[in-house]
Amino acid sequence: MMNRNQEQYTTGEVLAPPTERYTVLGWLKKNLFSTWYYTLLTLLTLYVLYIIIKPTLVWVFTQAQWQVVVVNLRLFMVGQYPADQIFRIWIALHLLAFTAGLAWAIWLPRSRRIGAFLLLIPLGFAALPFISTFSHINWVIFDLAALAGWGLGTWKPKAMRRPLIVLLLAYFPILILLILGVQPLLKIVKTNLWGGLLLTMLLAVVGITVSFPLGILLALGRKSELPIVKLFSILYIEIIRGVPLVTVLFMAQLMLPLFLPPQIKIDNVIRAMAGIVLFSAAYMAENVRGGLQAIPKGQYEAAWALGLNGFQTTFFIILPQALRNVIPVLVNQFIALFKDTSLVAIVGLLDLLGIASTVLAQPAFIGKQREVYLFIALIYWVFSYAMSYASRRLEVALGVGER
Amino acid sequence: MSTSVVEVKTTPEQILEMPEEHRAEAIERGEIPIVLAHEVHKWYGNFHVLRGINMEVYKGEVIVIFGPSGSGKSTFIRTINRLEEYQKGKIIVDGTELSRDIRNIEKIRMETGMVFQQFNLFPHLTVLQNITLAPIQVRKWPKAKAEEVAMQLLKRVGIPDQANKFPGQLSGGQQQRVAIARALAMQPKIMLFDEPTSALDPEMIKEVLDVMVELAESGMTMLVVTHEMGFARAVADRMYFFDQGQIVESGSPEQIFTNPQEDRTKLFLSQILH
Repeated sequence: MMNRNQEQYTTGEVLAPPTERYTVLGWLKKNLFSTWYYTLLTLLTLYVLYIIIKPTLVWVFTQAQWQVVVVNLRLFMVGQYPADQIFRIWIALHLLAFTAGLAWAIWLPRSRRIGAFLLLIPLGFAALPFISTFSHINWVIFDLAALAGWGLGTWKPKAMRRPLIVLLLAYFPILILLILGVQPLLKIVKTNLWGGLLLTMLLAVVGITVSFPLGILLALGRKSELPIVKLFSILYIEIIRGVPLVTVLFMAQLMLPLFLPPQIKIDNVIRAMAGIVLFSAAYMAENVRGGLQAIPKGQYEAAWALGLNGFQTTFFIILPQALRNVIPVLVNQFIALFKDTSLVAIVGLLDLLGIASTVLAQPAFIGKQREVYLFIALIYWVFSYAMSYASRRLEVALGVGER
Repeated sequence: MSTSVVEVKTTPEQILEMPEEHRAEAIERGEIPIVLAHEVHKWYGNFHVLRGINMEVYKGEVIVIFGPSGSGKSTFIRTINRLEEYQKGKIIVDGTELSRDIRNIEKIRMETGMVFQQFNLFPHLTVLQNITLAPIQVRKWPKAKAEEVAMQLLKRVGIPDQANKFPGQLSGGQQQRVAIARALAMQPKIMLFDEPTSALDPEMIKEVLDVMVELAESGMTMLVVTHEMGFARAVADRMYFFDQGQIVESGSPEQIFTNPQEDRTKLFLSQILH
């Protein structure tokens, strides 16, 4: 035996690693029924799943009256946004699809299969029987816009890099202009008409995109050597973290008008957005600070020794590493923020949850809580899971923990 | 305890009273040192880590600093590009006095390259990006020029084929050679080495030392903290023995190895040269 091994080493023969192959039955036996107590546990689990899932499925497919969702679908999606102006939201969506397609072609050229799969989802929406013809057409345009972006990015990946960045930065202001309107091109739609998923998404997107840079600044401020900046950052973070979000929202909605002169009126939605942003920034700052603390001192020293100044060191060396380290916590925070936007319903805004309670107040649909809440829970879950999935892809792409 | 016996001819005033525009030429002609440390003291809290260091280094000289751990040799070399502050004394680098003025510090850091024991490469950047970052951002070179220089340097240190890898994919010796190339990319006048081979496996030490010997022979001014006595014997112009925050003895490698004067030097050398 010894001799044979030595011989293998000296001849330099490369051995393949041992492989394990299972048939379906073999896999079942190894993983579910290997011992008598595994078998027992497997059967018990199957039984519990059966008694939970079966009535749920029976209810969903035979007893539930989804009419409440079908009839109020537009309310759930956009609230009281005027029907004749909905094309503006569609334009915003098509632009988003185009941008996403372009970004996909440039940044994820190898993930074609997932991209193709994602394109099926809008087609699925387009196939829904109970939506308007206008919506049918628009879901198809949505896919075409994504394909157009993807095609353009695949055709000229190098040249499209800069336009993509510009588009990403410009998307946000364009979105607000489209939805709010610009005189005299687009009729102004007041924010009290914004609602449903539209409002939820706007609150979440504004919350994430504004509180993220704000949180980074606060984290850097807390580590700053300037005493005033440091003190302000610490006070801000610690005070906001000591208060529930609902309180912040109530303060913004009810108490702010008491302090401001009566002629100054700040829009309700803006106030809620500000509340969410200010609240989330404090948490974001602590997450980023965790990432900053994990950076070894040698990284700062190497950067300084090369002559980089403080700003360059932070921007090129420290932050990229710190943020990469905290992607999972940041996305966790984004998901929490997305779901926390539902608290604006308490201060009277008609977001997805707020719309749900108005729908339930309609005489025709009294007692349909289960259908309505299950529906909006599904929407929240889909978006939260998408964020979580995207973050895992991002971690792999950036090689967290591998280098 | 005997005080430092090392003779330093230049005083800080001699350099500082010279008009600034004349200093570079005087350094070039070897009339004034490119690095001058005058009575440098440093404390960590109550611990007196540097106790009156005097040293002058002329352009093109290779200086080896050695001594037991905790003797202040690393601390001293790190005061030269102000990674450590000092509380008393004067350090003048390339005609500029190190002061609290951040502009002076940044100016000196542009002219000094440093190589660390732990390499300290930027793990999120490729080898090429590690090398070109400072030239592009600090020296404001165009990207193409920086990359061209970087590729030449990678050839010089013997790893041109690793340009697009990340530091984590390289061996320790390769990483340290990238670190040397990164420091050289700023075209510094002085190179500081802080125990560059101490974190390396034995078989990788030689590949790093070969690069350093080549650099020394090309005329670079170098201050090297190291215990590689073979390297010192081959290229050092002068050696300084540090102990307990002081320079105990200095001289040519010849003097230090064959005829050390101080007992502490003899003892230390006998411990590391088995």
